[in-house]
Amino acid sequence: MRYRVGERVRVAARAHEGHHRTPGYLKGKTGTIERAHASFPNPETRAYGGDGLPEQPLYLVGFVQRDVWYGYQGRASDRIYADVFEHWLEEAQ
Amino acid sequence: MSEHDHDHPPITDGDEPAAAARVRALEELLVAKGTVRREDVRQMIDWLVSRSPADGARLVARAWIDPEFKERLLGDARAAALELGLDPGPSPVVMAVENTPAVHHMVVCTLCSCYPRALLGPPPDWYKSLSYRSRAVSDPRGVLSEFGVELNDNVELRVLDSTADIRYLVIPIRPAGTQEMNEEQLAALVTRDAMIGLAQPVATTPAPVH
Repeated sequence: MRYRVGERVRVAARAHEGHHRTPGYLKGKTGTIERAHASFPNPETRAYGGDGLPEQPLYLVGFVQRDVWYGYQGRASDRIYADVFEHWLEEAQ
Repeated sequence: MSEHDHDHPPITDGDEPAAAARVRALEELLVAKGTVRREDVRQMIDWLVSRSPADGARLVARAWIDPEFKERLLGDARAAALELGLDPGPSPVVMAVENTPAVHHMVVCTLCSCYPRALLGPPPDWYKSLSYRSRAVSDPRGVLSEFGVELNDNVELRVLDSTADIRYLVIPIRPAGTQEMNEEQLAALVTRDAMIGLAQPVATTPAPVH
C-alpha cells in the first residue's frame, strides 16, 4: 500500500470511459487517508468479464464536507468518506 | 363476455418494465450459454430474501452488553458475525462503525446500492432511490431531519459512501432506560434504519409493573 493513514491525497480529476468506482463529486478533491483496507480486484476490468488482476489497493478517504460542496449547510467538522482505489489517488501538494 | 356489473378497464399485467425485460433477457442468455443454471439464480434470490435485519440487530445488542465483543466487532465484523453463528455472506468486507454522543455515522451508496445484505437483508427502496443517493452526501443533515433524526450542533456527522468492496454497518447508541433489558429485548429495539444511521433506537418497553 503506497499511502499511509493520515496522509493527504487528491482524487484524480481525470475522466474515465466505462465502469469505475470513483464518484464524480470527489474528483479533484483533497482528503485524508483514514484507513488502508486491503487490495481488491479492479472493478474497471472485472466489469467487462476480466479477472480484475492485478488487484488494486483500496483506501477509506475522508473529506471535509465544506471542501466538497460549495455552500455546505452543516457543521464545519462534518465529513464524508468514500473508498477509493490507489490508482485514483495522487499525493496532495 | 364477463358477467361483471361494473365497468373497468381490462385488468392486465401491464407493460413489462424495461429493467425487468433486460434482466430476463440476460438470464436467458446466461442460461443458454451455460454460465449459470436457473436453479443457481433461484437459490441466490432465496438466500438474499432470507436475510434479515434481525442478524445485524443481534450483533448490535451483543456489542451493547459486551464491550469486548464490541471491540472485536469494530475490528473485524465478519469474524464477530461468525462468532455469533451468523452468516456474514460472500466476499465483501463488512466494517462496523460506532455512533457516540459526539459522532454520528450514516451510510449511502451513491453509485448503486451497496449494502451489507448478508446481515441486514435487502436494502429498502429509498436506499436505492436517486434522491437519497444524491442528497445523503450533499445535504445529510436535511435527510436525517426528514427521517426524524435531529442531531445536536455539537455532533460531528460522518457520511460513508460505500463505493467499492467494503460494506458498512452502524452500531447505534444504546438508548437510555434499557439497563434492565436482556440481549434479546435490546435486539428488538435495533431497527434496520438505525443500522444505516437513519434512526436512533428508543426504549419502547414500558416500565415493569409492580
